[in-house]
Amino acid sequence: MFEERKAVTALESSTQVVLGGTRGGPDVSTLRQDRWWLQPVITVSILTSFVIYATWAAFQGVNYFVGATGVHELISPFYSPCLSTSCVEGSSPFGFAFNVGSLSPALIILIFPLGFRMTCYYYRRSYYRAFWWSPPACAVADGHTNYSGETRFPLVIQNAHRYFFYFGVVFNVLLTYDAIRSFHVVGGGWGISVGSLVLTLNATLLWLYSLSCHACRHICGGQVRSFSQHPIRHKLWKLATPLNAKHMNFAWASLFVVALTDVYVRLVSSGAIRDLVFF
Amino acid sequence: MSDVTMRIWRGDSTGGQFENYTLEQNEGEVVLDVIHRIQATEAPDLACRWNCKAGKCGSCAAEINGKPRLMCMTRMSDMPEGPITVTPMKTFPIIRDLVTDVSFNYAQAEKVPALLPPPMPEGGYRIFQEDVERSQEFRKCIECFMCQDVCHVIRDHEDNKQHYAGPRFFIRYAELEMHPLDTNDRRDLIREDMGLGYCNITKCCTEVCPEHIKITDNAIIPLKERVVDAHYDPVAWLGRKIRRKTKVSAQDAAVQPAP
Repeated sequence: MFEERKAVTALESSTQVVLGGTRGGPDVSTLRQDRWWLQPVITVSILTSFVIYATWAAFQGVNYFVGATGVHELISPFYSPCLSTSCVEGSSPFGFAFNVGSLSPALIILIFPLGFRMTCYYYRRSYYRAFWWSPPACAVADGHTNYSGETRFPLVIQNAHRYFFYFGVVFNVLLTYDAIRSFHVVGGGWGISVGSLVLTLNATLLWLYSLSCHACRHICGGQVRSFSQHPIRHKLWKLATPLNAKHMNFAWASLFVVALTDVYVRLVSSGAIRDLVFF
Repeated sequence: MSDVTMRIWRGDSTGGQFENYTLEQNEGEVVLDVIHRIQATEAPDLACRWNCKAGKCGSCAAEINGKPRLMCMTRMSDMPEGPITVTPMKTFPIIRDLVTDVSFNYAQAEKVPALLPPPMPEGGYRIFQEDVERSQEFRKCIECFMCQDVCHVIRDHEDNKQHYAGPRFFIRYAELEMHPLDTNDRRDLIREDMGLGYCNITKCCTEVCPEHIKITDNAIIPLKERVVDAHYDPVAWLGRKIRRKTKVSAQDAAVQPAP
């Protein structure tokens, strides 16, 4: 209704503000007595473990696909979609591929899910606290003398989060296709195995993580000024909002399950275990 | 009941130190009750602000065991064993003891461009319930300024006070930006002069808010996304250009004289 808006500047303030005044309390980094350091330690442990495992798995370039040798076709989420000419036969859903030499197929695509998580508002909170100590916990002194936040390069790139969200949705569609394909029995027919359930859980959690994203909530309806003028977007926003409240849970759950899925496919593909088939 | 030791910061702009007060702890007391008993018995010159004693005025904000809390809402029975430390809010200059100069916040409040509705239509303005509900949460703010106090952008970097409004005022900007009748566009202002980009969404403001306002999720991040719409999203920029051109073309066609 009132789309044309006029940019405004700050009003003048008559209140005198003292900058650099003496502050109360002792000159210590914190007076907190609780175990404020525990959360950063847990975050560092989990994220570092995931990064080490994901890097190792991405560089392997083998045991990421269970094809004709298994009962169900399973592909690791780190390698899907497999877009390299070196992909194992049957692992690529598309009719094209890139020649990247001996490079692992995972390295072509991992920038998108990695970028989505790196720019995610929840993960930003976590790694700014745990890795960058900015601040390590609430009311604990910042670990840096100077601070410019996300106003300058490289952190201004965090503003590209919505584009990683768009790519993330495309990946979710492909991983959903992988999950559906995993119910197809090699040689004909349909069935259920532990592998197909793991891939389905992975795709489900990734959808929940993406749809609960703050950028998604904004795109659904958060950006409109008047809900009453945009009833459909209001409905979408109301669907996204309760999911958004659980974004942290979905972020961690999807992180664990994506690694678990890779581990499972890797074990089945390498022959270490057999994919348990229910029917 | 057992005795409790209170370590209270005593001092002013020239300096200060902790002073210990040991007194009996009574059942059902909050920290502010104990501070008042210290004033009444041992230290009548101990300065602290308070008003409603019901968590609704925000006057008695201080740091209890290092965390910003309202003294009137912090139960003594919830405190851990050992001395309880009470200090003034660290982000603002001290006046005396537990009283700080929070003028920074009043200056920021004055800078906010007010709501500017369009000319009154016939029958008056009408706002629908869903639009009212959206910003209702932000109106719960009691201006205790604990979110400002805990925000590391100004708590640990005094120089940022010159170009950063802080979480309390991002709530205010969000409320106005989400108002269906407002015709002001504050996105440039929020980005350039109010320093929204300095916030790295560590959510401490949300953690300390006594009114449980989801400051980060419902105000700061939506504002950040609106700034992305205006400045960092090429597709949104292209969409605006096309819409504007289409609108101008339609207006031009409307003013063409009939053949």
